[in-house]
Amino acid sequence: MALPEGWEMVVGLEVHTELRTATKMFCGCANVFGAEANTNVCPVCLGLPGSLPVLNERAVSMAMAIGMALHATIAPSTFHRKNYFYPDMPKDFQISQYDLPINSGGYLDLPDGSRVRIERAHLEEDTGKSTHLGVSGRIHGADRSLVDYNRSGVPLVEIVSGPDIRSAAQARLYASELRAVLIATGASDGRMEEGSMRIDANVSVRRSGEPFGTRCEIKNLNSLRSLHRAIEFEAQRQVKLIESGGVVRQETRHWDETVGATSTMRVKEEAEDYRYFREPDLVDLAPSAAWQQRVADALGPMPAERRAAVVALLGEVSDAQRDAIDVVIDLGLERFVHATHAAGGDVAVALARVANELAAAGDVSKLTEDAFVATVAMEAGGQLSATQAKTILADLLASGGEPRAVAAARGFEQLSADSLGGIVSALIDANPDEWSRFRDGDDKLAQFFIGLVMRETKGRANGKAVIAELHARR
Amino acid sequence: MNATTMAERVRRGEIAATALAEESLRAIRARNEELNVFLHVDEDGALATAARVDDAVARGEDPGRLAGVPIALKDNLCQVGIPTTCSSRILEGWRPPYSATVVERLLDAGAVPMGKTNLDEFAMGSSTETSAFGPTRNPLDPSRVPGGSSGGSAAAVAAAMTPLALGSDTGGSIRQPAALCGIVGVKPTYGLVSRYGLIAFASSLDQIGPFATDVADAALLLEVIAGHDPMDSTSLPEPAPSLVAHLGDGVAGRRIGLVRELLDGADEAIVASVRRAASVLEAAGATVVELSIPELHLGLSAYYLIAPAEASSNLARYDGVRYGLRINDEDVTAMNEATRTAGFGAEVKRRIMLGTYALSAGYYDAYYGQALKVRTQMRDAFRRAYRDVDMLLGATTPSVAFTFGSKTNDPMAMYLSDVFTIPTNLAGEAALSVPFGRGEADLPTGVQLLGPGRSEARLLAAAKVLEDAERG
Repeated sequence: MALPEGWEMVVGLEVHTELRTATKMFCGCANVFGAEANTNVCPVCLGLPGSLPVLNERAVSMAMAIGMALHATIAPSTFHRKNYFYPDMPKDFQISQYDLPINSGGYLDLPDGSRVRIERAHLEEDTGKSTHLGVSGRIHGADRSLVDYNRSGVPLVEIVSGPDIRSAAQARLYASELRAVLIATGASDGRMEEGSMRIDANVSVRRSGEPFGTRCEIKNLNSLRSLHRAIEFEAQRQVKLIESGGVVRQETRHWDETVGATSTMRVKEEAEDYRYFREPDLVDLAPSAAWQQRVADALGPMPAERRAAVVALLGEVSDAQRDAIDVVIDLGLERFVHATHAAGGDVAVALARVANELAAAGDVSKLTEDAFVATVAMEAGGQLSATQAKTILADLLASGGEPRAVAAARGFEQLSADSLGGIVSALIDANPDEWSRFRDGDDKLAQFFIGLVMRETKGRANGKAVIAELHARR
Repeated sequence: MNATTMAERVRRGEIAATALAEESLRAIRARNEELNVFLHVDEDGALATAARVDDAVARGEDPGRLAGVPIALKDNLCQVGIPTTCSSRILEGWRPPYSATVVERLLDAGAVPMGKTNLDEFAMGSSTETSAFGPTRNPLDPSRVPGGSSGGSAAAVAAAMTPLALGSDTGGSIRQPAALCGIVGVKPTYGLVSRYGLIAFASSLDQIGPFATDVADAALLLEVIAGHDPMDSTSLPEPAPSLVAHLGDGVAGRRIGLVRELLDGADEAIVASVRRAASVLEAAGATVVELSIPELHLGLSAYYLIAPAEASSNLARYDGVRYGLRINDEDVTAMNEATRTAGFGAEVKRRIMLGTYALSAGYYDAYYGQALKVRTQMRDAFRRAYRDVDMLLGATTPSVAFTFGSKTNDPMAMYLSDVFTIPTNLAGEAALSVPFGRGEADLPTGVQLLGPGRSEARLLAAAKVLEDAERG
């Protein structure tokens, strides 16, 4: 729903992404999602008295990779303490970067051709996770609260965009493109549902041509759908408020997914003074030119470029194929599509198989590119039905091997044209009414005959070949 | 018998570590009730550690350079399983699940930790009078304070309960009690000794260091605990300096600056001790020049912004959520507040408030920001001085050990007892206090030697010259 005529929204996003390091940011505890509560903890990430942080170099490399992917400037930086009391933050301060972030400046180009500036992308540590028991489900009014510190000290990069976004759809496009970039750098798994990518949205509205209005910050949007809906709701709310003579207060708001509305969390006057100061337990961070070069060398092409390369193989692309390409790029599986193209195979079939069967498998390490290309060639050449090709791919993904051998073992050997022709003729004879309707031009009846052939051959026939046989007799 | 001799004799199998531990326990029992030195005596742990040392000797192994030497630990150092309180109600009953790096190094060297000693609450004070568990008395005159904050550790050594102790020095907390108790205390260069497992007061100033009855023991203990630790990012990367081997280096050819500001306001007897120390060093071949470093006067005010600012953040974690004291209340915020109100003493609260204020929006530039600039000036001033001289000489404290209650009602008077020691912490450099001379009531006076980063060997060699002259 667009804003009323003459109004414009101004949106900036703060995206927090957890880094996929093996260990946490300042200690050796495992950085994994979903472990039993409080099992990946130590004196450092529990903030026990006397413990000290030691910076994880891998986290720094990943932060630099993100900065490079966003065309940011990497500069010597420092860590600060952000002081506030919260039970899921064991030191009651968060180690973050303040006036000197590791990455500053930069931009992200979106698939719609727009460009969003990046102000900074800095390193910080994640907090633990609270569960509040009681009717409210929030900290105030809880009967009891439980805290899991497994996430405490997990490395994060916070990416702050400029106030360049002008619609909820563009915000969503930015978030999904950024997510693809983060995945491509290897720094993040981009799993919003697991909280490894979380978004805060700063939203304000103005009449076209006027200066920026007062902004509200919507916290912790954890899906692209929520992001879109929350921004749309918030901009409409602000416009209605102003048009009815009200004034937007600068405040932090909470998005309720079930109600579909934002509500006040805290107003600016209550906002905390974080008393930032230089973290005395860490030294300044100044990655050497050699270190930066190693990170740059390891950085592959970004999603936009990789998507374009796949599109170029297909020429015209449908919406469904565009979605399939996004999936394939996110998972980094396009090498199978390129291998098919290089072998002169059917790229469209290859794309469909990669976006579906390979994407669903998760682990593709047992499937060689050659075996994939051969399977696609057998399917496109009519030697395998689509169902058979999927079965063979499933076998190859699970245990490896060569498709012809798997097809033989499965009894998928090609029905000879003669035997297929014989079966088709026999079925036509047995179903004269259906055959005459087909002959009179009712193409739907082709499905009827394919079904019969499949039953007769236990699925070994190729649907396209059956159609060819039917047409040859019409 | 000093620690050096004890360790040598244990290593040779001439005396048993268990016998030394038992002797230490007897000395502790004899006076701990009167002096309140140890908050916790780890009798079983000490005897077990000593027995392991004896077993190693019996097997023909070398248990290490501090074999069998009893040592006292300031109660802000973590030792696994041993109650650690920082002399605060808020940590009462907490037992750390890990040991400080220095404790690991002591155990590796065969030392025998005897227990945890009293301090000013969270090391905030100069007399141990802010301890939640009562003050420690000076073994030399129990009507007087031992100094602080490491008063318990200094008293343990002065009362011959243990020949060695560890303390921590944030603004003078090793050197001042060493001076007041008549023993040697060293504040090492920032980063020379790992802070991992030292419960932070002011992270950019805190440094662990040794107490000993003589210079040789202090050098030996410092050598054992010094050196890079990957668990402390601010730990210096270089290997630990060799100290014991340089104890006999003397001061011949050294240039030593006698600093006017490090005598300003000191008792006459103390000024006399320092001047006499200067002549002893000259007689030993050094050149002593009198000089002035006016910036030193700025130290106290900068310190009382920087240290409380860091403390206000370091002490935030004592919120009742995870360990230590919890006073339940309506919700988590009220619980935090009730816990901290009940758990912290007045001096800790004063400094948390000072520090919170200094870092607040609108005040940061005027207070904390300004203090950081002063700190830079201080470093520069020392650097300029060390272009001209190899070390500096002055008083450790303005007075000898003072009586209980004489400064507790006037925080500024108490803060002034660290006026000569604070600048070294701000600069991150090295300094020590060595007993030299006597003052009021025939109490010992301390002479302070200060040097640039990693100059410990030089300072200890000069201290040895003074010690030798004093002992004849």
